[in-house]
Amino acid sequence: MSAEAVPMSRTKVTIHPLWVRITHWINALAMVLMIGSGWQIYDASPLPLFQFEFPTSITLGGDLPTGLAWHFAAMWLLAANGIVYVGLGLASGRFRAKLFPIRGREILADVAAALRGRLAHDDLAVYNAVQKLLYLGVILAGVVIVLSGLSIWKPIQLQWLTALFGGYDAARYVHFFAMSAIVLFLVVHVVVALLVPKSLRAMIIGR
Amino acid sequence: MPRIRKTIPGVDPRLLMKDAAKLLPDPSRRLFLRGAAGVGAITMLTGCDIIDSNAADDALMMMSRFNDRVQALLFNPNTLAPTYAERDITRPFPFNAYYAPDDAPEVDGETYRLEVGGLVDEKKPWTLKELYALPQEKQITRHVCVEGWSAIGSWTGARLSDFLKRVGADTRAKYVWFQCAEGYSTTIDMPTALHAQTQMTFRFADEILPRSYGFPMKIRMPTKLGFKNPKHVIAMHVTNKDLGGYWEDRGYNWFSGL
Repeated sequence: MSAEAVPMSRTKVTIHPLWVRITHWINALAMVLMIGSGWQIYDASPLPLFQFEFPTSITLGGDLPTGLAWHFAAMWLLAANGIVYVGLGLASGRFRAKLFPIRGREILADVAAALRGRLAHDDLAVYNAVQKLLYLGVILAGVVIVLSGLSIWKPIQLQWLTALFGGYDAARYVHFFAMSAIVLFLVVHVVVALLVPKSLRAMIIGR
Repeated sequence: MPRIRKTIPGVDPRLLMKDAAKLLPDPSRRLFLRGAAGVGAITMLTGCDIIDSNAADDALMMMSRFNDRVQALLFNPNTLAPTYAERDITRPFPFNAYYAPDDAPEVDGETYRLEVGGLVDEKKPWTLKELYALPQEKQITRHVCVEGWSAIGSWTGARLSDFLKRVGADTRAKYVWFQCAEGYSTTIDMPTALHAQTQMTFRFADEILPRSYGFPMKIRMPTKLGFKNPKHVIAMHVTNKDLGGYWEDRGYNWFSGL
């Protein structure tokens, strides 16, 4: 091991700029609050096609009024933070640089590699095709969950939006499926972050 | 942005990175897991305190008040709730209350009097016969419950805005408060009271309002959640004071507009 090795590892370029890290952790908090309180609200009237309930131990609020209060408070945090994140992501060119292009063949190859436990994750600054697809997908799910949520909250004042989702009852299903997609993403995201701790470090200190 | 790599002559950067990686990860990995566990433990140990404390309740109430103002701004008095066809009506229309169907109040139509008070010129009580003589119209609209479910129903009655004008109500007042036979109550904003679809309802699906749906009169507001639509109404007051309501006092959002 030569002496030059140390300065080299220290001159690493920042992987996640500060605005990404701040919006990421605010979003993490907002998501936990929104999902926990959303499950509480869901349990008050489970969707007719599903007929299952979330255990109260994993819901937030304790009762429906409190669950709703959390949901309609945390939604401002989620929306304001989301607007900053998507706005800066588009304006800075980060989305374009990190998430595109997504090529079908690369996705297949990377999925196959991931299933064999051999998906490369050496350079945290460069996303593989599966990552690109997942990150883009969860951003889109975030947009859908906010819009479907608005259409359930204001089905008269925003009736054009509710109609876009196929009416009030359909919008509830869309909202539920968008939540499911985000929760599935979260499970994979957290597992991978724990398997590759340097990725977690990068999201905290940037390198 | 591409990564900048300085090449050091005589050193294979790949091997160098491998060596560095071997040295670095362990302590940093341990530090990380410890840090993550610490954050987790703080959340787990204090989580209940954060969520149940009065400070959190106060903050949530403050946000709920903020949401009242946002919803009042979003409320367009000229936007009508979508209306539906007879065939869209939900049958049977769900019964929903904080009591069982058998415990619904029984109001005697013969002795019933609607008390009208507060900032109005004419404070005389109204008999059911007088109320039935008001011009009436039918609406088929969606009832949305705070729990999330919804159902389409058909309601017939008099426009509340017409009635308020008839009794000489001060429509510059902020609120209208409704009292129900069994003690339920709710307060609504004046713009919603004056909305074209806000109705003093006497009939459901063309039949005299049954006891379970609020005989003899309910206030139907398709622009508000179900719990803001009081049944068995025996009094209404025009007021500048928010007198709250049964569910509003139990933590539901006050405006609860749709």
